[in-house]
Amino acid sequence: MKAEQISIFLENRAGRLEEVARLLAEAKINIRALSLADTSDFGILRLIVSDHEKAKKTLKDGGFTVGRNAVVAVQVPDTPGGLHSILNMLSSQGINVEYMYAFVQQSSKAATIIFRFDRTDQAIEVLTKNGITIIPGDTLYSM
Amino acid sequence: MIFDDDMETLPREELEVLQLRRLKGLVDRVYANVPFYRKSFDDAGIRPSDIQSLADVRYLPFTEKQDLRNHYPYGLFAVPKDNVVRIHASSGTTGKATVVGYTKRDVENWATLMARSLVAAGATKRDIIHVAYGYGLFTGGLGAHYGAERLGATTIPMSGGSTKRQVILLRDFGATVICCTPSYSLFLYETALESGIDIKELPLRIGVFGAEPWTEEMRRDIETKLGIKAIDIYGLSEIMGPGVGIECIEAQAGAHLQEDHFLLEIIDPVTKEPLPPGETGELVITTLCKEAQPLIRYRTRDITSLNFTPCRCGRTFARMHRVMGRSDDMLIIRGVNVFPSQIESILLETQGLTPHYQLLVKREGNLDTLEVQVEVDEKIFSDEIKNLQRLGGKIQKHIKEFLGVTAAVKLVEPRSIQRSEGKAKRIVDMRNSS
Repeated sequence: MKAEQISIFLENRAGRLEEVARLLAEAKINIRALSLADTSDFGILRLIVSDHEKAKKTLKDGGFTVGRNAVVAVQVPDTPGGLHSILNMLSSQGINVEYMYAFVQQSSKAATIIFRFDRTDQAIEVLTKNGITIIPGDTLYSM
Repeated sequence: MIFDDDMETLPREELEVLQLRRLKGLVDRVYANVPFYRKSFDDAGIRPSDIQSLADVRYLPFTEKQDLRNHYPYGLFAVPKDNVVRIHASSGTTGKATVVGYTKRDVENWATLMARSLVAAGATKRDIIHVAYGYGLFTGGLGAHYGAERLGATTIPMSGGSTKRQVILLRDFGATVICCTPSYSLFLYETALESGIDIKELPLRIGVFGAEPWTEEMRRDIETKLGIKAIDIYGLSEIMGPGVGIECIEAQAGAHLQEDHFLLEIIDPVTKEPLPPGETGELVITTLCKEAQPLIRYRTRDITSLNFTPCRCGRTFARMHRVMGRSDDMLIIRGVNVFPSQIESILLETQGLTPHYQLLVKREGNLDTLEVQVEVDEKIFSDEIKNLQRLGGKIQKHIKEFLGVTAAVKLVEPRSIQRSEGKAKRIVDMRNSS
């Protein structure tokens, strides 16, 4: 039920993000979702891509520090309160969201939110029990 | 066990009487026989008869590595060349080689000091000593070899290289003591494992390690992996070679320096003034007994401190703290002495690994600033910002705690710090460039 996300360490200077995008483009890797977190000195780019093994290798060969993490892709009804109900069931179990980012697919009534939890397995359990749709990694990469 | 009970446990008062007698003899000899020293004494307005106490040594001029180079190859010899039986030399990677000559007696003394060292490390004449230091102009191999023979142990003159063969012979000959660099011991361990040999299962029990700086963490690593006691030996070719000092197996807490042969001082590397006992500074050694090429107040450039408290092994010789750095690459930041090696140990303790790092020193207004750049590799990277910021904060806190200096810690991408061919360039000092 987990999905694989790659994360990249970026120094906060011009051209680094462009370099990542260029390497992925040359390797013909498609970016499904992304989030960039930044501080004054550095940033962390998190990506869901069409082929994370290849992406990881390409970026590592390009000299970047690349990590991989288990995240959970959750389908959230595109209606008011959709996100709240999910967060509510998680927080009532004491599960913390480390970070999250969302994307809305074209012609869809649902949004997809990528979650990084402090306790991933337990979060999946809670969500499944409550009938929430979790998008498996393989589906996510080829969306 | 002590090899030379009379000398190694000599009460300090008697030791000092002996040292003063030897110092006076030495000063007379070099003044009479070495033009370099005669001139430098004259220039400093010192006559040999001015040396009346050990403290008077501070009036004598220093000898530096450059002096050896300037008198390459034989210019500092104090005896006729006929009396010189052996020559050693440093590799000369940073300039001309430094050449050191030995008389027959020097070689014998060296063997004795090395035998003492092996015994302090826990070896006996019943041991089989595998010498994997290089033989040749480098002092390691022959120094350890003659010491092992002087002790009466079975000596294996393996020298360096052919690591696979070393492993086989370690096993077949049943060596119980090995002399090599600490990093080579780990390489031997890994090579052995590849051939299905666990060094821990062999009779090897002691490693006498020197010729490169190492840490407590590395010692623990070696001791666990190889199942041996790892002992730090100190020496430098200009003074003698291995055996200038060694840790005792009883305490493993600082190398006892052989004070009957060497007069020790710790000086402030900047003011060059002697420092009180226990203070940290540069080790300066005067060779009390050397005949062929005695050195007066040789600046070792090694930063350390001396511990004169009695050791549980019974030896009265002072112990030196593990070398903390080299005075050649000391930084002074807002009046505080900082060595790259100290930062390295802090990084090691903070993260349990040695990342690539660099120290950037700048002056903002009248204030020095230190930035420690640490490359983020996969072992320390996290997808969560708070973890990386916590790491930076932890490094900063440890630097403040251990060195008293506030440093900015900057996490940088791998390979963003310039690599150099030889030794890593750890310091970029921009204070004088603007």
